[in-house]
Amino acid sequence: MKEIVVLSGKGGTGKTSIVGSLAALARDKVLADCDVDAADLHLLLKPRLKQETEFWSGQVAHIDPDKCTECGLCQDLCRFDAIKDFRVDPVSCEGCCFCSHICPAEAITMKENLSGHWFISDTRYGPLVHARLGIAQENSGKLVAQVRQQARKIAQERNLGYIISDGPPGIGCPVISSLSGASLALLVTEPTLSGIHDLERVLSVCRHFGIPAVVCINKYDINEENSRRIEGYCLKQGVEVAARIPFDNIVTEAIVRGVPVVEYSDGRVSSEIKKLWRSISGN
Amino acid sequence: MIISVASGKGGTGKTLVATSLALSLKDSHKVTLLDCDVEEPNAHVFLKPAITSSEPVLIPVPKIDEEKCTRCGKCAEVCAYNAIAVLGEHVLTFPQLCHGCGACSYLCPEKAISEEPRETGVVEMGQADGLEFIHGKLTVGEAMAPPIIRRVKQQDNNEGTVIIDIPPGTSCPVVEAVKGSDFCLLVTEPTPFGLNDLILAVETMRELDIPCGVVLNRAGVGDAKVEEYCLKENIPVLLTIPLDTEIARLYSKGIPLVEGMPQWKDSFGQLFESIEEIVDERNRSLKR
Repeated sequence: MKEIVVLSGKGGTGKTSIVGSLAALARDKVLADCDVDAADLHLLLKPRLKQETEFWSGQVAHIDPDKCTECGLCQDLCRFDAIKDFRVDPVSCEGCCFCSHICPAEAITMKENLSGHWFISDTRYGPLVHARLGIAQENSGKLVAQVRQQARKIAQERNLGYIISDGPPGIGCPVISSLSGASLALLVTEPTLSGIHDLERVLSVCRHFGIPAVVCINKYDINEENSRRIEGYCLKQGVEVAARIPFDNIVTEAIVRGVPVVEYSDGRVSSEIKKLWRSISGN
Repeated sequence: MIISVASGKGGTGKTLVATSLALSLKDSHKVTLLDCDVEEPNAHVFLKPAITSSEPVLIPVPKIDEEKCTRCGKCAEVCAYNAIAVLGEHVLTFPQLCHGCGACSYLCPEKAISEEPRETGVVEMGQADGLEFIHGKLTVGEAMAPPIIRRVKQQDNNEGTVIIDIPPGTSCPVVEAVKGSDFCLLVTEPTPFGLNDLILAVETMRELDIPCGVVLNRAGVGDAKVEEYCLKENIPVLLTIPLDTEIARLYSKGIPLVEGMPQWKDSFGQLFESIEEIVDERNRSLKR
């Protein structure tokens, strides 16, 4: 089983459009949406929900006002400035439980936190594992880990060849959680200075965790000079540029229609994405 | 006044809006730009600041004095992040999991735990073309963005107008970056992805009780559903930027919109005035 995770560093480079198209092109796969804060893959894959599970993770401190003597020790010791006027700000609380251990009046208890939900769905392209982190919640990395674990389970049970994951932007906790132990990172970039800067950082993260990477330049023709810079950089880094997708409004049109672009059009965008899949699947 | 520029979805134009807004105001206001997208900071690509100082971001992690330690296991029991384990005669620490809360060292009955700093990123400060500039960078391979974001915000002395470039998403880094703001601009695009993530961002700002308005970027493609949603939810669309090859070309080269196309300065000036009006009105109604 091969697990391919699509990342970019910078947001909005086209990860989800490409994953949607790979979903249409690949056989024998399970799909995973690891962008749990702002999941969009379902808008292309139109899932039929089969299973919904609550995701409980982390804790939030709660002060019982009847027991609290307002001694202020918790406020002094909390390093996250989460306690003010003897009340806990649940948004700032990191769930470290320190206050609950030191309260002399035993007025502080920790409450389990419903951080989100994860789902198993059927789509016309195969099973999809996805999730929704609760608004302003923590522990997105743990929810991503849960999504991947479920995707692996499905792949094993049904003897599927691929897990294709849509990753989050950035390089922090949810990205590391999406990436660690994957077979291949597909890095989608764009020929803008921001895109290049962010590609370099996300490629460094792949290197740090020893995950092989290939690059896809999306909208390569909006600045061909920058595209050549990316190619030069990738050559130096020994990373293959597996596809160069041109800019075309057809991609946005396909999103509006809610279908993967390879099913919407037969143009250059689609042929380049097909080339990309042949390259990474070795078929 | 603190104005955040956020989006939910990545790549909608947060940095374009934040840098152009800051540059449009700098002649009439004291302006500080904070780039709190510490995983992938990009404002410096456009503003090219002269960095005058930098500070490491340090998380205090436990250091165990093996002589004093009796292997009682209290530290492992109180650590909510599984960053300490006692295995037989050995105490193992996992600094990457440690949030630096200080519980273990405080609660160790033998006072065998001290704390040592571990660097997870850096905060850099400087000036760019009449702006005060501060950004943070998470070290590659590190997971936790919020401590870097906190440090970026602590470096700011909150004078004049502060514009914060927020990371994408809706989870803890966004909350850390946006909290305390007087207003949040949500930059989106007229597509189903843009709309879906805008709704999540609006819910986040409502949870945090921060008033918000929308900047619609790349207008002219996609559909009208973002505008319909804003109308229904009574969220003002304060600025519309069309899909335009010249704007995209400037962006690709790292040139701020208002520098490459100065005619946009007035629009950003008006955007700021609209925000001021909303914030003033809200402050008046809160006093009443």
